[in-house]
Amino acid sequence: MLLIRCPYCEEERPELEFRNAGEAHIARPTNIAAETDDDFEKFFFIRANPKGVIYERWRHIHGCARFFNAVRDTVTDKFVMTYKAGEPKPAKLPGAAK
Amino acid sequence: MNAMFRISGAGRLSQAKTASFSFDDKSYTGIEGDTLASALLANGVHLVGRSFKYHRPRGVLSAGAEEPNALVQIVRDDARKTPNVRATVQELYDGLTAHSQNRWPSLSFDVGAVNDIASPLFSAGFYYKTFMWPKSAWKSLYEPKIRAAAGLGVSPGKPDPDHYAARYAHCEVLVLGGGAAGIAAALAAAEAGVRVILADEQAEFGGSLRFESGARIDGQDGYAWAQAAIAKLKAMDNVRVLSRTTAFGYYAQNFVGLVERVSDHLKNPGRELARERLWQVRAGRVVIATGAIERHMVFANNDRPGVMLASAARTYLNHYGVAVGRNVGVYTANDSAYAAAIDLKKAGVNIAAIVDLRDNPAGPAIDEARALGIEINFGRAVVSAGGKLRVSSMTVQPKNGGGGRTIPVDAILMSAGWTPSVHLFSQSRGKVAFNDETKRFVPGTYAQDCVSVGACNGTDGLDAAVDEAYAAGAKAAKEASGKAGKGAKPKVDAGESWSRGMLGAAPGAGPGTTVKAFVDFQNDVTAKDIRQAVHEGMHSIEHVKRFTTNGMATDQGKTSNMHGLAIAAEELGKPIPQVGLTTFRAPYTPVTFGSIVGHARGALFDPTRRTATHGWAASQGAVFEDVGHWKRAWYFPKAGEDMHAAVNRECVTVRKVAGLFDASTLGKIEVVGPDAAKFMELLYTNPWEKLETGRCRYGIMLREDGFIYDDGVVGRLAPDRFHVTTTTGGAPRVMNHMEDYLQTEFPHLNVWLTSITEQWAVIAVQGPKSREIIAPLVEGIDMSDEAMPHMSVREGKICGVPTRLFRMSFTGERGFEVNVPADYGEAVWEALWAEGQKHGATAYGTETMHVLRAEKGYIIVGQDTDGTVTPNDAGLDWAVGKKKTDFVGIRGLTRPDLVAKGRKQLVGLKTKDPKVVLEEGAQIVADPKQPIPMKMIGHVTSSYWSENCGRSIALALVAGGRDRMGQTLYVPMPNGTIEVEVTGMVFVDEKGERLNG
Ligand SMILES: [Zn+2]
Repeated sequence: MLLIRCPYCEEERPELEFRNAGEAHIARPTNIAAETDDDFEKFFFIRANPKGVIYERWRHIHGCARFFNAVRDTVTDKFVMTYKAGEPKPAKLPGAAK
Repeated sequence: MNAMFRISGAGRLSQAKTASFSFDDKSYTGIEGDTLASALLANGVHLVGRSFKYHRPRGVLSAGAEEPNALVQIVRDDARKTPNVRATVQELYDGLTAHSQNRWPSLSFDVGAVNDIASPLFSAGFYYKTFMWPKSAWKSLYEPKIRAAAGLGVSPGKPDPDHYAARYAHCEVLVLGGGAAGIAAALAAAEAGVRVILADEQAEFGGSLRFESGARIDGQDGYAWAQAAIAKLKAMDNVRVLSRTTAFGYYAQNFVGLVERVSDHLKNPGRELARERLWQVRAGRVVIATGAIERHMVFANNDRPGVMLASAARTYLNHYGVAVGRNVGVYTANDSAYAAAIDLKKAGVNIAAIVDLRDNPAGPAIDEARALGIEINFGRAVVSAGGKLRVSSMTVQPKNGGGGRTIPVDAILMSAGWTPSVHLFSQSRGKVAFNDETKRFVPGTYAQDCVSVGACNGTDGLDAAVDEAYAAGAKAAKEASGKAGKGAKPKVDAGESWSRGMLGAAPGAGPGTTVKAFVDFQNDVTAKDIRQAVHEGMHSIEHVKRFTTNGMATDQGKTSNMHGLAIAAEELGKPIPQVGLTTFRAPYTPVTFGSIVGHARGALFDPTRRTATHGWAASQGAVFEDVGHWKRAWYFPKAGEDMHAAVNRECVTVRKVAGLFDASTLGKIEVVGPDAAKFMELLYTNPWEKLETGRCRYGIMLREDGFIYDDGVVGRLAPDRFHVTTTTGGAPRVMNHMEDYLQTEFPHLNVWLTSITEQWAVIAVQGPKSREIIAPLVEGIDMSDEAMPHMSVREGKICGVPTRLFRMSFTGERGFEVNVPADYGEAVWEALWAEGQKHGATAYGTETMHVLRAEKGYIIVGQDTDGTVTPNDAGLDWAVGKKKTDFVGIRGLTRPDLVAKGRKQLVGLKTKDPKVVLEEGAQIVADPKQPIPMKMIGHVTSSYWSENCGRSIALALVAGGRDRMGQTLYVPMPNGTIEVEVTGMVFVDEKGERLNG
């Protein structure tokens, strides 16, 4: 069982308290009704499935109930970092090659 | 009376404390502290089981968890029959009853042993090759026969009556293994004052100190030192010492699963004690001190009872006081077997000969054996063991061939060397490295915060192991807490050191030979099988493993993996590291389902949710159904009524008089805040801004793809306050969906969401008399049609308690839903019930609720929709705000597929024969005469007998359904095709007049 750091609670809690909520940094278009079919397809259906670093959303559902973002390595399953919803994609990851 | 092979003065058990037990219905006497294996050996019993495939007689190989052969069934009573118990681990208690396995009719005469003679049929890959054809015979013939013939014990016929406990624990330092190294590490960490957990699988701590007779630490005998150290650790507040506790799994971020056997060793465990306890430990640092496992020699008939590991024989002698024979042969490729020969010789057992594969070994052990007058043969091999139910001789030859001689023996002790137990290290995702000099895999690259010490790290010698472990324990405590200890390192005065040895088949069992030289005893895999697998094209060790099943038995190849690997490597002509080691997986030793499940079974498997009126409904004889976690009253049968009769009566009574229904399980969410209406506009298809306070609206929620996600009636209690209802099953996901949008897409909206499902009990009162039933109990609410029309909500009091009174209907009748604080739910229900009785109202359950809503064509999300249905498909286009510029799902609704012609649409179906009730889920076709497979154009989603209509009714999703009104369609069923007519969805009161009736 993984430990996940909730950026709102500011502590590591067991995986059981959290639920994955899909890929992060996919903003809902402000004028969604005007989206073309292609753009809507990209927004709604197309997801990255990387081997390595993935940016995804998690919810501390059995804790503070907040959604937040996480960077996870899909190979090692390790959480690289977590940060609050709405914050930008981190430019530099801790421990990444300089 | 002492058993025949118990040596007085030897071992550590008190020989006065006897315990009687039975094995295959024969009674024996052992002593307290014995394992079943040591007690059997004390009585001269070596034959304890039959092998899996060939049904060959098998005896005790080891004295520990690695045992592949001595698997027995322990029987306490009808419900407690544990199969595949390793006799080497099972502690003896007075009255223990054990049976051998995998034999018929008896252990000494086993019909299945014909497999041994017919063994060419059973070679590697036999299962894959033999039972290929015909395919249908696998389920009916092959599998049952194989399972019956290969049975490893029998399962108990009754549910497990024992209970299993579970604990979570945290510590700075977790030490796995309580031998000399583990104890030293635990002492060092404990002295730093950090939280330490020390676990060992054995009943007694000490590990190899149990048999290593010459070890001396801190001026005392090694085993005595271990016991004193454990006593010291147990007395410390910061240390938890767990014996009989196996670390079976090493998971991410130093999360380790331990299982503690709490009462399997007790004569009368009693119900207050758990059988086992699962420990889930999160550790700052883990010190792995799991030791090493001795390997057997791979030679012909090395599986005969009486042939065992040298260290096992030494354990039986030095710890249990048992001699494994009277005239013992030794076959070795390293020094450690000499120590066994020396100990046995000193105890009065004759050592027939030591056969050593090495040419000219030298050292103190060899000198001492020689000084004791033991015959030693260098450069020779045991090429075969004689005897069948018990070894009777060993045939010795020069290792490079030549004339042999046969030496009578009643036991053979073997040692091919020691394999570091890297299982847990490997489970932690650490990478092992092959040491070419010592021919063993040792921990290489670490993936977690752990360290291996002692024999499992390839550290040879007691002195070096204790040094390394003590330093590692201190370092682990320092790293995890910053604290340093001030204790003194244990001083090793004397100890043994074992290294080297051999891997693979011994002379006489090598390439070109076909003898039965076993590599994996439990799965009956021989050296020949592994070579054959390579010849047949298995070039990776993972393929060899699966083809031969080497290492795949319950012992997971603890003694066999390295031999199997070496034989495959030799045959492939590649160095061992290039062939690779198979992956070690949890569990290290078998774990019971009970310990994993713990208390989460039966009634405690899943939470049960009961509404406030549950007790009342039960007292009225309600039959309940499970809806998610909820228990809901299904129907209320009167005396003599079956379900059908009860539902018919309930349905008719509601439309004629009235009915009371507990609707508390509907999800309820309060949406509050200055932007509440804006938020509702975005989450539901309907317009909300203009909904007046005190009015309700039926809302539809979509996913972004345009499909219906949930529905429910929403009441506006105030400009900034909505009382939202959801489906019973949808409540948590709707809440999650709302929170998701509020927190991440619409965080600018000032809105609070609160789940209020549990806070409000909901009593639906439906039917023409509903107002008369409620009104006498209500204060402060004008319930006239003018003041409170259909789809409105009022706040006031009922029976003196606060209520949110909804006028709404899921039956098509005039109806109300009385919300009251859940604690008052039962009292208000009973008051309403008393009023209802005056009019002849009925209580009704979920079945009647379903029938009544289907009569009106009201959908149930999840039953009449399936996640691919749009509001238009469901005939609910009217609920989509046409002027709205945004809501979740607005763009999805215009996707090409969602506006295409011919989509499945919800319609009504009437069977041509009104008495026939369709089956829900049944497929619908346009032409019943077309060839199979027929083109299916839809399916039945809801179907009931409607007593109010005097006929069956159904709802269905049918392609282009609304253009098919009046058409005849067909429902092919196994016993005939049913004709149906496509109709509208409303079967009762099409004009909706009864809402005010
Ligand atoms: Zn949190």
